[in-house]
Amino acid sequence: MTVKSDGLSAQQIAQAITDRKLSAFEATEAALARIAAHDGVLNSFTDVTADRARTTARAIDAKIAAGESVGPLAGVPFAVKNLFDVKGLSTRAGSKINRDLAPASRDATLIERMEAAGAVLVGALNMGEYAYDFTGENVHDGPSRNPHDPTRMSGGSSGGSGSAVGGALVPIALGSDTNGSIRVPSSFCGIFGLKPTYGRLSRARSFPFVASFDHLGPFARNVGDLALAYDAMQGPDAADAACTTRPVEPVTPLLAEGLSGLRIAIAGGYFQKNVLPEAVEAVARVARALDATQTIEIPEAARARAAAYVISTTEGASLHLDRLRKRPNDFDPAVRDRLIAGAMVPAPLVDRAQKFRRWYRAKVLELFKSADVIIAPATPCIAPKLGQATFVLDGVELPVRANIGIHTQPISFIGLPVVAVPVPLEPMPIGVQIIAAPWREDIALRVAHALERMGVAAAPAPRGL
Amino acid sequence: MAAEPLDDYIDAVAKALALPVEEAWRPAVRANLEVSLRLARLVDEFPLPDETEPASIYSA
Repeated sequence: MTVKSDGLSAQQIAQAITDRKLSAFEATEAALARIAAHDGVLNSFTDVTADRARTTARAIDAKIAAGESVGPLAGVPFAVKNLFDVKGLSTRAGSKINRDLAPASRDATLIERMEAAGAVLVGALNMGEYAYDFTGENVHDGPSRNPHDPTRMSGGSSGGSGSAVGGALVPIALGSDTNGSIRVPSSFCGIFGLKPTYGRLSRARSFPFVASFDHLGPFARNVGDLALAYDAMQGPDAADAACTTRPVEPVTPLLAEGLSGLRIAIAGGYFQKNVLPEAVEAVARVARALDATQTIEIPEAARARAAAYVISTTEGASLHLDRLRKRPNDFDPAVRDRLIAGAMVPAPLVDRAQKFRRWYRAKVLELFKSADVIIAPATPCIAPKLGQATFVLDGVELPVRANIGIHTQPISFIGLPVVAVPVPLEPMPIGVQIIAAPWREDIALRVAHALERMGVAAAPAPRGL
Repeated sequence: MAAEPLDDYIDAVAKALALPVEEAWRPAVRANLEVSLRLARLVDEFPLPDETEPASIYSA
């Protein structure tokens, strides 16, 4: 065939395959070759499902040869955070303990939907243990590394997803976001990430962390690919109690509508504190490009972050209580000690956090009467060095792990849809959150698309490979 | 007598929940619990109407 798939977007790969200029098998082999060449540095994959991928790709090529229709992601290689069930693999969720689980008997719903659209699963990706992480480090599997500087963090907990897409090993990856775990690696690795509205995408057959805030979503190197993956995965699913019954609302046809009629505001107060100059610069560039001058205050954001922290640590502790009793020495000690402490938070304080969440949700939804989009930093800084324990924010030395997500937590706390867009600063990229009202992923993606067209948001070529 | 104010509490809850807390882990567990309680206090001190429903069954 006449086309090479390296460097192509998912849309270009699917088009070339549909046009018979590239085969799905060739696109799969190329992805496997990229993984073999570069994952020694990135450490983003924990499982490469090469045999399965080749079988899937051959089936797509056979369909095309037979004149049958293939989906909009025909032959597009993708990979998933290793908390997604992949048939035949134990769903390790970044842990040592879960490796003893029986292999999954069925793929996660979102994998099934991606493959129904023609995509080809090539493997499972590294992540922070049990998703309780913002760094991408993992004591069992080693850290996933930043594609622009392998001495730096990928961000977590979907670190392998950020690293694999940022390193252009695959055009699309899936991850999860409870408090920032899609948006943080997107920011550090310089790629686009979508955390949809809570309940939008099915979490069926994925390993949970905090049921109140767990979301799944895609990563990509451009907005068109992000939207394509998102559209392929939408739809009700009775197997996830929180999954919406709303019909599929495709966003791909809406991307080109641009900024017309949208009121865009900058998050003030809390979101302008605790940031390093690079985060200030990234938000300023996005605000200038969008002609956003209105600043709005998200009320009680610090308290929202506190409540998210309390609910996360206690729901996480509840999930892992029996494993903490039976196999405490098989946890990452840092995760174990946080979860044990979470088990000791008195119940009335958790109840108050959930009640505060209701109050805060109502207040934030009022803001969307005067703005359609709110922009805010995704992370307070560019990717820190691997192993870095502290950074200085507003003159105060703070622990890195606990503070990377200070700007993402108050948003996922109430399930708002967010696109993290990469601003390609030198020497390292950093992300900005494009936040919309519930169920308005279309608006956040339209704004991201407009920023991409203006050249303000872009996924830089991996600089560290 | 416990060396730190939270140590008696940690011992009691660990016993009630049958959770192991080895002495070597205690400083980190205590430090994490202090953070959780400090943040929970921030939520606790915010006045809410008695009628406020929790958001544990959540719809965005």
